[in-house]
Order: sequence, then C-alpha cells, then structure tokens
Amino acid sequence: MLGGGTGGTLSANRLRRLYPREDVEIVVVDQNDDHVYQPGLLFVPFGLARAEEIVRSRRHQLHKDIEFRQVSIERVDVDADIVHLGDGTELGYDVLVIATGSILVEEETEGLTGPGWMEKVFTFYDVAGAAALHDALEVFDGGRLVVNVVDMPIKCPVAPLEFCFLADWFFQQVGIRERVELTYVTPLDGAFTKPVAAQRLAGLLKEKGVALVTEFNTGEVDGSGGRLVSYDEREVGFDLAVVVPLHGGASYVARSPGLGDELGFVSVNEHTLQSAAKPNVFAIGDAAGVPTSKAGSVTHFEGEVLVENIRRFLADEPLDGSYDGHANCFIETGFGKALLIDFNYDTEPLPGHFPTSVGLPLLKESRLNHLGKLMFQSLYWHSLLPGRDLPGVGSAMPVRGKDAEGAR
Amino acid sequence: MPIATYAGKAVTVNEEGFFQDPSQWTEAMAPEIARAQSIDELTEPHWQVIKFMRAEYTEKGTGPTVRVLGKTSGVSVKELYQLFPKGPAKMAAKIAGIPKPRGCI
Repeated sequence: MLGGGTGGTLSANRLRRLYPREDVEIVVVDQNDDHVYQPGLLFVPFGLARAEEIVRSRRHQLHKDIEFRQVSIERVDVDADIVHLGDGTELGYDVLVIATGSILVEEETEGLTGPGWMEKVFTFYDVAGAAALHDALEVFDGGRLVVNVVDMPIKCPVAPLEFCFLADWFFQQVGIRERVELTYVTPLDGAFTKPVAAQRLAGLLKEKGVALVTEFNTGEVDGSGGRLVSYDEREVGFDLAVVVPLHGGASYVARSPGLGDELGFVSVNEHTLQSAAKPNVFAIGDAAGVPTSKAGSVTHFEGEVLVENIRRFLADEPLDGSYDGHANCFIETGFGKALLIDFNYDTEPLPGHFPTSVGLPLLKESRLNHLGKLMFQSLYWHSLLPGRDLPGVGSAMPVRGKDAEGAR
Repeated sequence: MPIATYAGKAVTVNEEGFFQDPSQWTEAMAPEIARAQSIDELTEPHWQVIKFMRAEYTEKGTGPTVRVLGKTSGVSVKELYQLFPKGPAKMAAKIAGIPKPRGCI
C-alpha cells in the first residue's frame, strides 16, 4: 500500500480484518508520519481549527498487524512487481495499491511562489499555508481578496467556494465586511462543474456579495504587482490572494513507466479501480485518474469496492465493477450552516434529501448539514479510517430522496 | 440536436456547436468552423493541435484539457492561447469536430 492517507489507511485496515496474519502481509509505505484531516484545512485560516488539531500519526491509524514503513518512494517497476524505495531497498508485492493522493505543483504557475508568496499570496491546501493564511487574515484590514483556482483537477472542488462563504462570514464577525471586496476567480464556465449545483452555488455567491469571474485560466500570479493575469491577458487585481495551485499525482508515478497519465494520476478502470498497466495494481482516492471529484468521500466509497476487488483478484474471480463515482460533500456556507451535495458519474447533484427522503436536506442551506460536517471529523478518525461501515451510508449513490424533477 | 452545415455537408452538433459524432468531420470542414470562431486562417501549428485533439479523442474518448495539451501536444499553453484565443481546449475541440472536452470534475 503506497500512501498512508485516507485511502491507504482505510483499505489496509479493511484488508487486515479480511485476512488472517498468516495468509496476507500488509505493508503501508509513506514518506512521513503526518496524517492530515484535510477537510479541516478550510477551517484553519478562520481560526475555527488549529493546525495541530488536524494532524495525527499515520502509524497510529493503522491496525497493529500492519507494517508501516516511513520512507520515500523512488519508482515502481510494474513489470517486475517491485517498488524501489528512497533508502535503496526494494519491496516486492503480489498486489500493489497506489494511494499517494495528489500533490500541489505551485511551481507550474509562473510567479506563484515568487515575490509575495506567503506574504500576500497564500494557499490553504496544506497545513503550513493554512496556518500562514490564518496569521494574514488576523491582520487584514480591508481591500481586495481574491480566491483563485488555477486549473482542475483539485482536491475537494467545493472547498474554494466554501472559503468564499466563510470569508464573508469572517469579515462580518470582525466588523470589516464593507471594506473587503471578495472575488472568486475560476477556470470553469460557472461556479461549479455540475449544472444544477453550479446555479445554486452561483446564487449563494451573489447573495453573499462575492463577485464571480469565470473562464479565467491563470497564466501568472504577480505578487508584487498584486495581479492575477490570465493566458488570454485579462487581469484581476488583489491585495490578498488565496490560490489553489495546480495538482498532480505523486512524483514517483511519473518515474514509473506506464503507471500514470500526463498529470501523474494512475489510469484505472473507473468501476473496478484496477490499473490499466497491470492487473495486480490498483489505485484509490486522489491518486486515481477517474472522472469524479478528488474527495475523501469518494475515497471512502471506493474503499469498499477496492477491498472486494483485491479479494477477488487474489481468489482468481472476476472483478466487481460496482464503483459508480459516488461523491458526497458538505459545503460550509458560514453562519453555522452548510449544504450537502451527493452525486456520481451519471447523476449530477440534485435537490432532495440524503440518504432517504427523511434525511439531510440536499443542495439547501441548513444547520443540520453544518452539524453533520462538524460531527464528521470524529467519524473520520474513529469509523472511516479503521474501515468500519458508516450506518446508512453505502458505497453506491442512493437514488431515493433525490428530486430530479424539481431540479430545474 | 441542431444541425450545422460545413463544406456542404449537414452534421449534428450540440447547443454550443460541438460535434456529436466525430466521424461526420472531414478536414475540409475545419477552415469553415475556424472562421466562425474568428480564426481566419489555419496555420501549421493550428493543424498540429487539431490532429492531436482528434488522436486523443480516439484514444481516450474525450479531448484533453488546456493543461494536458500544453504538456503533451508540443505546443506550450501560451502559444495555444495565441492560436486559439478564446480557450484552446474548447475552440480546438470544436474545430477538430469532437465533443466538448469533459474536463475535470
């Protein structure tokens, strides 16, 4: 198991329960021992969570009969079934799971890490960035704050929108909202990727006084001049920029011939999660190049199918092609409220209720959803990572409770 | 689905003008589609991108994003925007007669 994050941890723990020690040896490899609760990063800039609260030991989230190796990964030799590790050693395998997520590639955007980086240009997509942005927001006394997504794919595509909503709330709390101009700058042609949700989210931005700039492909971030410049030479000025950098797969994927695509994500069958490179290689979570959101909920739902498919692969049975692209995201909208979206490869986020008609309201602001989001952190450490099923929340997307008719 | 006529032939397009059936496309149609996009002349680099788009579509079932184009087509993102000013991935897909790139979610 390469990677000890959400996908690697929950899959390893599930596999451990499935197989006795004497039958299957499970090794998890990661370059560090910091497991970040990534949904918590959004809250750090606003002082709603502290950086140290959202990081725990990777090793301690793993069943005691799983070996954890803290070492970097050099490359995978798919033909020879060998992983070459950074300390010069080799690790052979019968089944390999790539669960190393995605990395931020700030350097691919001209100027992003140049003058002004971590002074007036920040990201909240890693712990250090979120903490530094918190310090900057504490002393921000007004001006133009822009939130910019450089390009897709990114982890949790709703997080930058949530940042806008929370920024509106935050500046009202500190009493300077009228002195802050908020702008959301996206490469997409709307607020979000899926039409019905995009409309509702654009409506929310408007309600909260956040300007929306679409189809903006950031070519350069000019920190000292305070400008985002697009490839088609449009400009958006800022006093403080919150940028979501380009994402790519872990760098060893590119060093492993045949394993990944142009961006370093692992090409897998979108329903079975089996790699196109070789049948005994699988990928899960952000590392997998499948057409759904890079999100923890996706990883969680994939986990069930992945573990079942590894079992089938080892037992020489045909694989289970049941992963449907299911994603489920709470969208924090500020003032103690959140909305919830639930979708898959074929069904866009629709209004209604989740998981059934008496559940949480979908695509609608509610206090319940906010409480759901808060409660989730505890479920994450204590149910999801250990690989336990969450009651009422299955891998496949539930259809009952959704209102396709009322959507448009 | 709307019908458009290029090089004297009727083809099926979506509301935004993207081909629904790439097999209906011929090279002779490209200059006409390009002119409707305010590209007066298709130069050699334009064709390089158009052919790349079609090859990618055939292989992967969707056209590439701008970022992937910049990494793999041999034309940098900056040059891509000079060639297709209103957005390389979409414009080139339209001219190359393939459906709108799915993009990332």
